[in-house]
Amino acid sequence: MDLSTIMILTQDGITNGAIYLLIAVALILVFGVTRVILIPQGEFVSFGALTLAALQQGVAPGTVWLLLILAFLAALMDTFRLLSTQAARRVPAMLAGTLLPPLFIALLVKYCAPLHLSLGWQALLTMLIVAPMGPLLYRVAFRPVADATILVLLISAVAVHFALVGMGLLMFGAEGVRTPPFSSAQLPIWTLSISGQSICVFVASLAFIALLAWFFSKTLYGKALRAVAFNRNGARLVGISPQRAGAVSFTMAAAIGCLSGILIGPITTVYYDSGFLIGLKGFVGAIVGGLASFPVAAAGALLVGVLESFSSFWLSGYKDVIVFAAIIPILLWRSLVSVHYEEEE
Amino acid sequence: MIRRVGFVLFLLILGVVPLASSYYVTLGSYIGLYSLVALGLVLLTGVAGLTSFGQAAFMGVAAYTTALLTVKLGWSPWLTLFVCLALTAAIAYLLGAITLRMGGHYLPLATIAWGISLYFLFGTIPALGGSTGISDLPSLRMFGLELKNEKLYFYLIWVLCLAVLWVSKNILDSREGRAIRAIKGGVSMVEAFGASGPRLKNIVFIHSALLSCLAGWLYAHMMRFVNPSPFGLNQGIEFLFMIVIGGPFSLWGAIVGAATITLLKTALQGILPKLIGQTGNFEIIVFGILIVLVLQWLRGGIWSLVERLLPPEPVRPVSDASPLSHRPQPARGDLLLKVDSVTKAYGGLLAVKKMSFEINAGEIVGLIGPNGAGKSTMFNLISGVLPVTGGAIHFGTEDITLLNSTRIARQRMSRTFQHVKLIPGMTALENVMIGAYLRTGEGLVSAGLRLNRRVEEQVRAEAAVQLRRVGLEESMFVPAGNLSLGKQRIVEIARALCADPVLLLLDEPAAGLRHKEKQELAALLSDLRREGLSVLIVEHDMEFLMNLVDRIVVMEFGEKLAEGLPREIRSNPAVLEAYLGGV
Repeated sequence: MDLSTIMILTQDGITNGAIYLLIAVALILVFGVTRVILIPQGEFVSFGALTLAALQQGVAPGTVWLLLILAFLAALMDTFRLLSTQAARRVPAMLAGTLLPPLFIALLVKYCAPLHLSLGWQALLTMLIVAPMGPLLYRVAFRPVADATILVLLISAVAVHFALVGMGLLMFGAEGVRTPPFSSAQLPIWTLSISGQSICVFVASLAFIALLAWFFSKTLYGKALRAVAFNRNGARLVGISPQRAGAVSFTMAAAIGCLSGILIGPITTVYYDSGFLIGLKGFVGAIVGGLASFPVAAAGALLVGVLESFSSFWLSGYKDVIVFAAIIPILLWRSLVSVHYEEEE
Repeated sequence: MIRRVGFVLFLLILGVVPLASSYYVTLGSYIGLYSLVALGLVLLTGVAGLTSFGQAAFMGVAAYTTALLTVKLGWSPWLTLFVCLALTAAIAYLLGAITLRMGGHYLPLATIAWGISLYFLFGTIPALGGSTGISDLPSLRMFGLELKNEKLYFYLIWVLCLAVLWVSKNILDSREGRAIRAIKGGVSMVEAFGASGPRLKNIVFIHSALLSCLAGWLYAHMMRFVNPSPFGLNQGIEFLFMIVIGGPFSLWGAIVGAATITLLKTALQGILPKLIGQTGNFEIIVFGILIVLVLQWLRGGIWSLVERLLPPEPVRPVSDASPLSHRPQPARGDLLLKVDSVTKAYGGLLAVKKMSFEINAGEIVGLIGPNGAGKSTMFNLISGVLPVTGGAIHFGTEDITLLNSTRIARQRMSRTFQHVKLIPGMTALENVMIGAYLRTGEGLVSAGLRLNRRVEEQVRAEAAVQLRRVGLEESMFVPAGNLSLGKQRIVEIARALCADPVLLLLDEPAAGLRHKEKQELAALLSDLRREGLSVLIVEHDMEFLMNLVDRIVVMEFGEKLAEGLPREIRSNPAVLEAYLGGV
């Protein structure tokens, strides 16, 4: 193996790693705020890529229907909840807030889909479809059991993953897609030529991380989210709604997942069920950070990417085996370095 | 009675299924195999509060091991069973040892990762036949009979399944089983009675893995070929769904769930593709939605509905077996506990600062102080729940400074908790029986095979004696969660006494008691002192303490403020200052 091979593999690894990094950030965010281990994170990734691909073919993607169904379910469940708590007068506002934005998005997509807009606009449209699924899923599947144990939330998350993968097959079929790259330029640097797509991934990831950093340190919402992650009851006492924080964290997770899908679409062929493995690789990164530390998780995610690209070169058949088996030494290391306190549930 | 009738009916159904067409026999065999796996998951998830998505992978380990050994090396299937069980136990032990010390969610995450790796391994390693797998496994032979006949195999599976059900039920109703039922909300309580939390968790996990292994081995010799697809992560997830739907808190829930999911899946796989017009595993949509709904509306699964219709299980009276024998108390007046300038620091914050005091055998010592003075921290340092930062603690002749609570419990120190830690679903009697954990030594094998009955009866009799002694005889068979908070505190005292301690640590035992109950408690503690027991008691009710204790230690801001006889403390200016803000 010569130097240029190493360079190419590293570049590939870091490009994928940047995407795993985004996902790891989303997972830690959601776990911190809601204690949900978001197994369906990967579905946002595949939905993002597949939705964009559908828009590029000029057809309205099936995810629009999923968005409408979720909005309808959330509206239905909240209507029952409000009626049973004698808060009937809040129903109309809730209905409007839940149903109108998805309807508007659906109409917008129906109008825009055949227009063959430029890639940037299509990406934006994709985000508009996929990101609102996050808070809707939270309302339908997680908020009603928000006070349950981590275990119950985890089983719920796995169930949602099952349902979404099945819906993915229903909406997009079994064929994979590959979306065109954002840039086909090749930048020659030293002996290496860096693809424009890789640069797009880096820039988008960095920009998003910077945005998150700004959000968490400067905005009231961001600070509220950090407060909930730090101490749920304490945050409730100072007037922060954990439910709203949960919805915000799910929105961000869905947006991050969708962005990852848009970025990864040109690099690899995405099928309706590809997101799961991509999401799990983000998980390996997040676990390196103990599902708590953003910087350590970021390093872990990049490491996963590099490990994957090198193992696909040496032992391509065992690529995924190596990446997922790596979780065992990682957990061993974590269990040796971390301090354990009794959890009271 | 109805329970008996239901059980006989269930056996009858099992008996007649093989009369039906071979399609139903195979379906029934599958349900039996999945029930085996689900039984392990009920213990792991519903009882112990842990979970695993890797049960299908354990099945795969067994199926591939026996396939390799029988086909390539020509071993007898019965011999490979032991290899499979040993291999599975080793893998489960390793996974458990790595993850179970950390938060409960690391085990499922690790099993997801390991399930996926293994699935890919099965499909990639050339010796395992890739995605076509290994075929021509020998069928099982028993009593000179070749079990090629699917009906015989059906019976074999279900006999094993019912045996496992019986063993699991016996284990739950034993010394280790009660401890396992107690670890769901946290292990500090069972550790205070000498059980090791990580060990119990690992036992349950290995047990569930072994059941999956047995199912995998049976599966391999039933199908007589193996390939990777039945051992993927999705199957592992479906096993978990089975117990969620069937009922995670009951062993019967495992069988109900295995039957429900298997039949539903078969039905949906027939209907959905026709309905939708394309092929694919669309049943996962239905399963996903179903599980989300069950978690929101029916946390106890289908079995909880059945349980509602059934009469409660009849109460088995305490037999007249002789209670456990007591060990002697140390001579009155001997130094029992010596706390020597003990310090506990959280970063820069000193919660307990250079505390020193002693307890002599046969003494009741009160530990008082304003809220936040560090009394409970002091308690947790003595009982080993928290590690000491500095200083030393001696108990009897032993240095217990560095021992954890499990080891300290073995020195016969016993405690109650400020926040009551009873298992709400277990009767008061069963809760008290946990206290006797260290006094008997029956293991899992004797418990599973019901060889522990004599000792069990003795432990029951002992627990009954302690409950009678604290005046809760009439509440013996009431679920602990249904008792008033005051009574729950008294049950905690009975449980602590059931450990036959030399030192009893009581954390605010009189909180929530009425005046008369407090008097009864004080009388009980005086009796115990007369029998030679020593007590350290944290309490706010001064009146209760003043007439009871021999000496009082006062804490403020983590430090010892005063120590002396009750009447000295009552007139100590520093104490009055601390409590009343100056006179």
